[in-house]
Amino acid sequence: MSNNLVEFNNISKFFGSVIALKDVTMHIKKGQIMCLLGDNGAGKSTLIKTLSGVHKPDEGEIIVDGKQTVFDSPRDALDLGIATVYQDLALVSLMSVTRNFFMGREPMKGFGPFKTFDVNKANSIASERMGQIGIDVRDPSQAVGTMSGGERQCLAISRAIYFGAKVLILDEPTSALGVHQASVVLKYIVKAAASGLGVILITHNVHHAYPVGNSFTILNRGKSMGTFDKKDLSREKLLGMMAGGEELDKLEVELKEIDRTNKN
Amino acid sequence: MSVKSKSIQNKSKDERLRKVSNLKVLLNRPELGALGGSVLVFIFFGIVAGDTGMFSAYGTINFLEVSANLGIIAIAAALLMIGGEFDLSVGSMIGFAGICIAIPAIYWGWPLWSSILFAFSMAVLVGYANGILVVRTGLPSFIVTLAMLFILRGATLALTRLITGRTQVPGLRVLIENDPIAWIFSADAFKGVFTWLGSLGLIALRQDGTPLATGIPASVLWWVGMTIFATWLLMKTRYGNWIFASGGDKLGARNVGVPVGRVKISLFIGTAVAATIYACVQVLDAGSADTMRGFLKELEAIVAAVVGGCLLTGGYGSAIGAAFGALIFGTVSMGIYYTDVDTDWFKVFLGAMMLIAVIFNNFIRRRVTENK
Repeated sequence: MSNNLVEFNNISKFFGSVIALKDVTMHIKKGQIMCLLGDNGAGKSTLIKTLSGVHKPDEGEIIVDGKQTVFDSPRDALDLGIATVYQDLALVSLMSVTRNFFMGREPMKGFGPFKTFDVNKANSIASERMGQIGIDVRDPSQAVGTMSGGERQCLAISRAIYFGAKVLILDEPTSALGVHQASVVLKYIVKAAASGLGVILITHNVHHAYPVGNSFTILNRGKSMGTFDKKDLSREKLLGMMAGGEELDKLEVELKEIDRTNKN
Repeated sequence: MSVKSKSIQNKSKDERLRKVSNLKVLLNRPELGALGGSVLVFIFFGIVAGDTGMFSAYGTINFLEVSANLGIIAIAAALLMIGGEFDLSVGSMIGFAGICIAIPAIYWGWPLWSSILFAFSMAVLVGYANGILVVRTGLPSFIVTLAMLFILRGATLALTRLITGRTQVPGLRVLIENDPIAWIFSADAFKGVFTWLGSLGLIALRQDGTPLATGIPASVLWWVGMTIFATWLLMKTRYGNWIFASGGDKLGARNVGVPVGRVKISLFIGTAVAATIYACVQVLDAGSADTMRGFLKELEAIVAAVVGGCLLTGGYGSAIGAAFGALIFGTVSMGIYYTDVDTDWFKVFLGAMMLIAVIFNNFIRRRVTENK
């Protein structure tokens, strides 16, 4: 048995005549942070949705813990420990930290029809878990709307881990955050991986991906351009490989051109 | 030593948790507006109509009964609104449920209890139809239930006239007497207490010596009971958390495994069932069903829920608030007869109250979600 937590082999997805994904392969080990990079329209969203059970792949196989499986719904993926934190985070800003943390999976007490939501237990777990990441929830009954973007992101990740995620799929976790907030989230992701989780980090920001990732898969127009270990790849090369790389080189040349004509 | 350990304890508790005054905590509660409003209304009528008999046992029962009737549907409407949807068919459902009770009982010879059960099963069907249409089509519930408002009212009128040739079905009163379940909706509670109070001369008597207010009407008990039940549901159960989640962010809730569709459908069934409870109370009280019963009640229920702190956008609100919203409504609508104010002004007051409530709620929401 391989030591891969999860393998996605030759995944393809078609929408009518459109080839959204073609032969994408990714293997995730314990403690690994796999960065999935690609420009807008490269097929990142389709890939996430396929990995998390929203779409069924038209070709290819998914192997979890050495066993081939089919995800019929996001629930199936979740039951096997593959949790996805989407960009919208699935948080309700009017609801409290605790109620969000346990949304859909509330701890219960009592018997039969008199089972009730154990609010005290939920409160203490929520603040303990948030405390572990170094986010001090001043009051677990405060609304999520009062938290910063980074704190919300961490709450969503921490929730996924608490409910037994073995593989975390993070969709652009830093895209809407400032520099400081982003670094808090990235630190937390590294910590999570160090504790034995596999992480798939989807981003188009090379500067966020490069410092934390162990390996990098680059998507371009629905196809994988390969998976690279960090030691085989410099930041510049990575930048260059993304669809934007060439464009940026061209842009730089053009800007110099403008600069020169301005000087003259 | 003891001082030191105390300071450590405080620190470990959380040094960043500022002591928030109780007032501020209270300000963030959704039902605050309705509570404050009720107090104001009672102070107002206490001053203007304190000596008119409005607050005698009989007068109190009167305005409580009006509040209770509205409260029964307002609480269900509030739960649905927290769940992110509206039900405009509540008023028509009241009329429909009324004839569902009366026609089988009077024209088809069913025992009263079976026609009451029939009305409730029709309510479940209508609620389910509303719910499944909204959930499956993704259309706004405003439109779907507006259509149901017309369909139900029209069907009520057409069927009643088809079967009975009239728009009213009287004659139910004789059937209540020996029915095993009708008392749930029609009996007065604590009759003994009222008779006793009457014999002591503490409350007004009729000429035959029985008290003017014979007991606490069943609708008031339903109102109180439903408020307690709905609050327990919202605050203390898993289903309650799902209601907030479904209304707050449908997609987010679905992504973490909340069965949003099922929650919404059950809430629509809830409003239809509450409308039927309302209908039972009214039909058994009046002894007749009328096709126009419940007209515009859906809007009054929404007013009560909104005054009670529910956000029109869902995800926030309380059942206690809605109960108090109904109390304000009932107190003013009855109290206005005890004052010199022309009763024509009642609706002006109603509209103004709703407007103030919405502005206030908006302010509260901003406080809840944005204070750092």
